[in-house]
Amino acid sequence: MSSGGGQEEPDRDEPAGGAPHGGAPDEEEATGAFRRSRGKMSARFTAAQAVILRNLVSQVADLMGNAAADPGAGHGAADPGAADPGAADPGAADPGAAGSAAGQGPPGRAEPVPSLEDLAAMLSATGPTSPPEDPVLARLLPDAYRGDPEAAGEFRRYTERGLRSGKVAAAQTVLATLPAEGGHVRLGPEDAQAWLRALNDVRLAIGTVLGITEDYEDELEAASWADPRSAYLEVYHWLGYIQDSLVRALR
Amino acid sequence: MSVAPAEVEREEAGLEAVPDTPWVTIVWNDPINLMSYVTYVFQKVFGYAKPKAEKLMLDVHHRGKAVVSNGSREAMERDAEILHGYGLWATVSHDR
Repeated sequence: MSSGGGQEEPDRDEPAGGAPHGGAPDEEEATGAFRRSRGKMSARFTAAQAVILRNLVSQVADLMGNAAADPGAGHGAADPGAADPGAADPGAADPGAAGSAAGQGPPGRAEPVPSLEDLAAMLSATGPTSPPEDPVLARLLPDAYRGDPEAAGEFRRYTERGLRSGKVAAAQTVLATLPAEGGHVRLGPEDAQAWLRALNDVRLAIGTVLGITEDYEDELEAASWADPRSAYLEVYHWLGYIQDSLVRALR
Repeated sequence: MSVAPAEVEREEAGLEAVPDTPWVTIVWNDPINLMSYVTYVFQKVFGYAKPKAEKLMLDVHHRGKAVVSNGSREAMERDAEILHGYGLWATVSHDR
């Protein structure tokens, strides 16, 4: 497990999505961090953060929406980029407003920002294989029995469809409550639960692709900006920060 | 990985005696899930008080796995299904 979050790391309070500098601490900054406010879980996202998060969540939804009964069908018509990771449309998973901005990364930022095109390629590069062969799918849809393929298969037969649809629904809740242009998000208890699960699914997907270890924060510290992994690690770190803030706000 | 605050106070915690029931749900450690999130999920799913949820989380973290519930096979499969929904790596087992 990871202690994650970044709350114990004052030196690294600049998550991938771009926290503004110098804001008053009790103002709600656009960092994506949640806090409880009048019974709701409240956070502000910049447009760049919203684009990144919506895109990642969409990709997980596409991956989960790809029915297990049809493993050879690719990621579905909604995501042409999955069939061709080099496709020019970075917003394949979300052809709406977020799409066009995604390729260039968020404007007005000096730090390297991950190209969502690259990340989409990374996430889809595992291909439409059946769950046990695809590391991301295997992590999101794990076997419930160890060393007993028959029992695991039976369990999967009866539960995988529901598990997938639950993950898609959580992703859709995020897409429905996070404006593509960023801004204020206020979540009631049910939506907050969906956000927690969807954020976790995205972290599982990225973490699996990156081969995250429990020492990833050391790697993050050590990685130079020239290292292509550093941008992805930054996004991964930021997602943990958001998720941790939401857990704390819910307590 | 970084050390969570709770670890500092942690003494050698003995394995909890597992009742003599044939089926258990086990949660396995993984490097991605957040400690705070895993604790929260144990509270939410099983209704465990925070100290118990935290102890289980730390058992998972330090020992690599922990038995989080026990009962009938059907109940354990339901628990595993719910935990998979939260992204935890849960398995059902007949023995420890």
